Amino acid sequence: MSAFAGLLRKEWLHILRDRRTLFVVIFMPIVQVILFGYAIRTDIWAIRLAIVDPSPDASTLEIRNRFSGSDVFELVRILPSAGPLDRLFAAGDIQEAVVFDADFANRLARGLPARVLVVVDASEPNSGSAMESYAIGVIQGYQRDIALRSGGVQIFPEVRMRFNPTRASSNLFVPGLIAFVLTIISALMTAISLTREKETGTMEILLVSPLKPLEIIVGKVLAYVVIGFVSVLLVVAEARLIFSVPLRGSLLLLLAEGLLYILTSLSLGILISSRTSSQRVAMIGALAGTMLPTILLSGFIFPIESMPWPLRLISNVVPAKWFVLIARGVMLKGVGLEYLWHETLILLGMTLLLVAAATRSFKIRLA
Amino acid sequence: MRRALILAWTEVLHVVRDRATLAQVLLIPFIQLLILANAATFEIRDTPLYVVDQDHTSASRGLVTRFAASGDFGIVGASPSPELANERLLSGDVTMVLTIPHDFERELVRNHAATVQLVVNAEKGMAAGIVQFYASRILTRYAEELAPEIGVGASPSIGVEAAPRRGTPQLDVRTRAWYNPTLDYRHYMVPGILVALVTLIGTLLTAQNIAREKELGTLEQLNVTPITRGQFITGKLLPFWVLGMFELAGGLALGRFVFGVPILGSPVLLFAVSAVYLIAALGIGLWISTIVETQQQAMFVTFFIMMIYLLMSGLFTPIDSMPKWVQIVAELNPVRHFVAISRAVLVKGATLREIEQPFLILAVFAAAVFTLAVRQYSKRAA
Repeated sequence: MSAFAGLLRKEWLHILRDRRTLFVVIFMPIVQVILFGYAIRTDIWAIRLAIVDPSPDASTLEIRNRFSGSDVFELVRILPSAGPLDRLFAAGDIQEAVVFDADFANRLARGLPARVLVVVDASEPNSGSAMESYAIGVIQGYQRDIALRSGGVQIFPEVRMRFNPTRASSNLFVPGLIAFVLTIISALMTAISLTREKETGTMEILLVSPLKPLEIIVGKVLAYVVIGFVSVLLVVAEARLIFSVPLRGSLLLLLAEGLLYILTSLSLGILISSRTSSQRVAMIGALAGTMLPTILLSGFIFPIESMPWPLRLISNVVPAKWFVLIARGVMLKGVGLEYLWHETLILLGMTLLLVAAATRSFKIRLA
Repeated sequence: MRRALILAWTEVLHVVRDRATLAQVLLIPFIQLLILANAATFEIRDTPLYVVDQDHTSASRGLVTRFAASGDFGIVGASPSPELANERLLSGDVTMVLTIPHDFERELVRNHAATVQLVVNAEKGMAAGIVQFYASRILTRYAEELAPEIGVGASPSIGVEAAPRRGTPQLDVRTRAWYNPTLDYRHYMVPGILVALVTLIGTLLTAQNIAREKELGTLEQLNVTPITRGQFITGKLLPFWVLGMFELAGGLALGRFVFGVPILGSPVLLFAVSAVYLIAALGIGLWISTIVETQQQAMFVTFFIMMIYLLMSGLFTPIDSMPKWVQIVAELNPVRHFVAISRAVLVKGATLREIEQPFLILAVFAAAVFTLAVRQYSKRAA
């Protein structure tokens, strides 16, 4: 048996023997998919709404019905005056209120501007603005209809939602989740396991063995490549089975791109480990250098286009950003390389750069 | 107590001597805070729009102008070809395609009603809903503008009461945002992010620190010294507790002076709650260190637990949107209560009376976790 095969075998045994880490590595993605599928929703539904209607009549009743008929709103209170609103908002009983003017119907009938006030609890601004726009949308729908009845002009939007017609947020998160899982497994585990060899002094022993530096690295990381692959397959399968997240494109392409991204992350991990000799430093370094950028600046949870320009600029050097674009393209849009060659090239360039840097720094540290 | 303090001091020396760790624990939280506070937003502006105008009339051009001038959309391309539009949608640089059919103006003049197609890239569910709303708003306004031009005068009177009508009915919708009138997302995020950072660092370092002693075999040595378990744990945790409080104070100052986060409530109250909360966070770290053997395991188990805690804390997504059973499970999450408390104290100016309930839950949790961790630790070492 060659020295290289021996190293491979040793690494496998290490990983398989370490039940707790293995459990976390295999189990974490599975739990995450469930969390993102069930618990983490950016879509807003069942908004607790109060309507203040001082002088009910046909027009306000119709608007009320539109609110209670929509599944976005849950009509919890109908009040004759705006007095109790403060208390209801403070207690969190309502998240939004629609307040009609006392002479709303009267003015509407006379063709004068009829006033409606929409109040939202904006302590969480994102849902605040979304709740506001949903309510205005309902009121405007009514406005369009009466305009039509009274012979006004109307432009109907025919809306098609592409790539995610149900607008389920799990469809959006799962591709990002794949990037996240691969980052943790490849970058973090590599950084820690290489640093550990240093901290415990076993790296020295490996270095005086007949193995070449490249062989040492390959031997150490190969196992993680396999684990990363298994995780991706698990996540894709689970997302399909439980949340019917589509895989419209080719699985082969997704896995090939995944392999590319695993290489990127591995090189990052090697780079971090070559610069430190304590696991603690490697751990926090990997956290700050790989995991947090992957969560924050890859578009996994927060849309990049909403960020201020310096962050948009920085996001371009985060490999995960490109992988998330690719994974979404393959899974949700079902496009192939003809649309993704640009992202793939960028990722490939980054990977080559990082692999070169990692090998070089590793060699220098060894010399 | 003296022994505990001596041990605590050696821990401090360890961290201070290790330049890399010191730089990391001091700098990273603040850099993260700066990035996170700016990154964590779902605001939607300048949605890239592609226009397929097949009508080429003054009415259709007017509509395109309204879209361009709205500020909600940025027109990134226009052509009469639906195929081109579809390609741009697939390649991802266009979020919405507006198609104006060739009989748009004719229909408007003849029937006072016309149709346009909006195709939205709905990958991002909530955002797609808001984009659709923006577009409908522009269409409604434009229709109102056109009414006098097209010559919609008196509409046929309906029923008995024939009231003279001028033009079309108008609604005047006004809005008000409570608790955060400027809708500044950062005021809301900074307190939550601070909590997350302090929790992660405190728990991770505690778990890793004791796991390291195990890995190197120095824990055994400590066990044969006259130091008691209580003293040992106090000595191990005290430096991280102080570090956590320090980072919280620094982060608050940063939030106040860099992001202008309002501090409406009492900072003293917030620190009192933090003191209790940190015991819970470090207790979790201690408990993790009792069930693992190596630093690698300590780290992964911490991540695993912290990830669940953070995702279910209402930090990134509102707990209100979660299904009922998840909301019930989330009651057991200390991070969630601390996030709620810090937001209430800072943004809404809550006093002790308003945060009594979550504070109590936190205190009970801290006591329980800590007791459990210490007992578990004694068993492991015995």
